[in-house]
Amino acid sequence: MAKEILRVEKLNKFYAKQQILYDVDFSIAQGEVLALLGPSGSGKSTLIRCLNGLEEFSTGDLFFDGQKMVPTEKNWQQIRQKIGMVFQSYDLFSNLTVLENIVLGPIKVQKKSRSQAVQIATRLLKRVGLADYLQTYPRQLSGGQKQRIAIVRALALHPEVMLFDEVTASLDPEMVRGVLEIIKELSEKDNMTMIIVTHEMNFAEQIADRVLFLEDGHILENTPSKQFFVNSQTERAREFLESMKF
Amino acid sequence: MDHLGTSVLFAGNNFSRLLGGLWTTIWIALLALLIGLILGTFLGMMRTFKNRPVRLILRLYLEFFRIVPTVVLLFLAYYILPRQLNINLPAEQVAVLTFALWVAAEFSDIVRGALISVPKHQRESGLAIGLTHWQLFRYVLLPQALTLELPATINLATRVVKTTSLLMLISVMDVINIGQQIIEANGQSHPNGIFWVYGLIFFFYFIVDYPLSLLAKKLNAANQH
Ligand SMILES: Nc1ncnc2c1ncn2[C@@H]1O[C@H](COP(=O)(O)OP(=O)(O)O)[C@@H](O)[C@H]1O
Ligand SMILES: [Mg+2]
Repeated sequence: MAKEILRVEKLNKFYAKQQILYDVDFSIAQGEVLALLGPSGSGKSTLIRCLNGLEEFSTGDLFFDGQKMVPTEKNWQQIRQKIGMVFQSYDLFSNLTVLENIVLGPIKVQKKSRSQAVQIATRLLKRVGLADYLQTYPRQLSGGQKQRIAIVRALALHPEVMLFDEVTASLDPEMVRGVLEIIKELSEKDNMTMIIVTHEMNFAEQIADRVLFLEDGHILENTPSKQFFVNSQTERAREFLESMKF
Repeated sequence: MDHLGTSVLFAGNNFSRLLGGLWTTIWIALLALLIGLILGTFLGMMRTFKNRPVRLILRLYLEFFRIVPTVVLLFLAYYILPRQLNINLPAEQVAVLTFALWVAAEFSDIVRGALISVPKHQRESGLAIGLTHWQLFRYVLLPQALTLELPATINLATRVVKTTSLLMLISVMDVINIGQQIIEANGQSHPNGIFWVYGLIFFFYFIVDYPLSLLAKKLNAANQH
């Protein structure tokens, strides 16, 4: 068995008095790809945002590399270097060039030298086919380009886990493929551990080792992907998959 | 001989005294702005923190400086505080201090407004790469806020320059106070002196403030596109 990287135990989350997540339990091993699926509003974003402290959870425990996470601001700031996250919105820093967007974390957070950071950025940008855009500002880029750069910005910190929250949901259809291919390559070439929220069922089926199916804040299934897409355990998951087809 | 009466401006060293007064006005305004903008930036940042007591105190600070007229603030700082606290500062320093605190209050509101109008996702993606709150402000939020707040800041600067005209009330030798002295000293020989002296002062204020207000208008228009 590969080493466990992240474990969530009995995580509960409330917004004011309304409960959003109920006793969420799961773990993810090194190199594993987890697809987090479920209807809109089921709590997928809330759950993965709890994993890097963008949302506070109300009760429960998080273990990272076997160590219990004590949720202080300082600890989160440390952990976030190891857990990269990419969002649905194109969220590059609009005041910075592509290069500055990418090197900001390595230089300011990880105290790498500028030349080292630039080297990392250049290599990663080449990899996603955007090496010519170092000095470009985000407003001059297409959505797909911005999203690929947002992935590079997260990777530049050499994270151990990557979280993707519907990263293709606001892209024009012709841009989707390029972004998904990068994510797939990350799994295949780098053996990156990933949690992916997506509405692209074909993609999820291809890439995921396991599926977490979430509904109304409950994990209804935690099933190997092969089984989930062919023969889900719950009626709700089968209905959900059906609804995602045309 | 002097049918227009302009000679009052050039009699003796009147003109250079007026220029000196203008300089006093300008350096007090500049120094107050410098201190006030820096302090206001920090206060504005703190007003976006979660901590309620801090936010409340800073809010009260702002309201105090908004509600109390600047004249009263100046009198308070110049006549009342020294007696109560036994601090005796020269009038210029009192003026800088009072204006700086006023600027800081107003600017904290401008900075806060700009910061909260930076899209939420910018903040979150900054946190997600491990930036501390301070780094997030320094490298992402403040630079973005700056473009938004520039017109309002220039407006504030023009208001500060204008309000320096109150400085004569605490006997700072600013351009108005000196103008007043010249008018009184030359009242006999130049009965129309008041007209010329204030005309010149009007012109001085105009050439300092008008470019600022033009710039603010231009930036405002640019921001709206
Ligand atoms: N800031 C918030 N305040 C209150 N309720 C929220 C907030 N964010 C999300 N919710 C609620 O939490 C639930 C889960 O939302 P979310 O995690 O965004 O779902 P998903 O990503 O699966 O669509 C929804 O019912 C949503 O209305
Ligand atoms: Mg969501």
